[in-house]
Amino acid sequence: MTTAPTPQKIILNTTINGQEHQLLIAPHHSLLETLREAAGLTGVKEGCNDGNCGACTVSLDGRIVDSCLVLGAEAEGKQVQTVEGIAPDGQTLHPLQQAFLEEAALQCGICTPGFLVAAKALLDSEPDADEDRIRLWLAGNLCRCTGYDKIIRAVQKAQG
Amino acid sequence: MHPFQYLAPTSVAEAVDALARYGDRARALAGGTDILVQTRTGRFDLDAVVDVKRVPELTALALGEDGLSIGAAVPCHRIYEDAEIAGLYPGLIDAASLIGGIQIQSRASLGGNLCNASPSADGICPLIVHYAQAHTAGPNGRRSTPVEEFCLAPGQTVLGTGEFLVSIELPRPPAGFGAAYQRFIPRNEMDIAVVGVGSSLTLNAAGDRIEAARVALAAVGPTPILAQAAGDSLVGKAPSIDAFREAGELAADAARPISDMRGDVNFRKELVRVLTRRTLTTALERAQS
Repeated sequence: MTTAPTPQKIILNTTINGQEHQLLIAPHHSLLETLREAAGLTGVKEGCNDGNCGACTVSLDGRIVDSCLVLGAEAEGKQVQTVEGIAPDGQTLHPLQQAFLEEAALQCGICTPGFLVAAKALLDSEPDADEDRIRLWLAGNLCRCTGYDKIIRAVQKAQG
Repeated sequence: MHPFQYLAPTSVAEAVDALARYGDRARALAGGTDILVQTRTGRFDLDAVVDVKRVPELTALALGEDGLSIGAAVPCHRIYEDAEIAGLYPGLIDAASLIGGIQIQSRASLGGNLCNASPSADGICPLIVHYAQAHTAGPNGRRSTPVEEFCLAPGQTVLGTGEFLVSIELPRPPAGFGAAYQRFIPRNEMDIAVVGVGSSLTLNAAGDRIEAARVALAAVGPTPILAQAAGDSLVGKAPSIDAFREAGELAADAARPISDMRGDVNFRKELVRVLTRRTLTTALERAQS
């Protein structure tokens, strides 16, 4: 059996918000740490760091995941989307972001990037989701401020 | 977290080599929803994490004449999003669509749920009542284990050093088969089962007699429990609420719950009675449809 020395850093090639990145990361770092510390994308938030709160939600090859429960190394060759990539041109807010502002669907804001990424995935896959479906879809995202109703209303507003 | 290496083998043989080389200091990584949390909280210190998702067999999901083969790393969403699988294996779908939230279902696998061997696992009872076999590979080759014999204690399985789960195989259900899984939780979503029950039954061609039945229990013992007497009590009988109630009593006898913050012994036994009756009722409806 091997007693391992401290593992060397590895090079990660991945696409984040449409841009190819080559990052030097520790092999045991999560995708959350990779995005925040190696890629400098601090929109993705750490909440519980154990998969309960959804604050670190990002899209990985089109599926939402808790980035705290993914190793950065697993993103090799994959497409990652964070809250920074939601606004279509980086200037105009996405309809969801605008609706969150108009419906006051945030207070402290820590959970908001995760909610936006999850809600965008819902609108992309089920644009006509009813309230029950929206609540089910967002069950993996916790908010300790607003009590959810405003968030649900914002998602419904963004549905048009 | 203890720093570890990330290894991504592309064949079963390479994965066995990697796991065997590091022994207790390595774990297989499928969806990561248990192992990364456990590693972070210091349940074990690892020198290597072996990502098995690049091994084609581990991510294969194949429905054939003989049944369904689920690669050990196939995430829950791939199972419930397949309409044909959903129709044939309703007990699995109940579990795959209630484990965690959407984010967890994107990653978590039934194979990982089995290897994690939590007494409250939602995925294991449905596998048992669908008569599933676990196929593993290790330094001594391959072997198969009935899922009801796979878990030995909380967090402990039959897996030896260097051995890992490759796939889970479920026979194709006969005509007249139905199954269901339900759990009790105080919330609507994202919770750990206080009690979970999976049931299945097979009706004869006329639909008036039960030919085979299984009841399996979660969170009422150190491992998931196949309540053999409960299932056997139904064989040869006409399906009825009285027969289901009696099976519920026998299932409660087989339960060995502890009292903790989520429920005491009597409450958990009562939940076993109720959920056995309800899951058998749903299984019957599905067998008849």
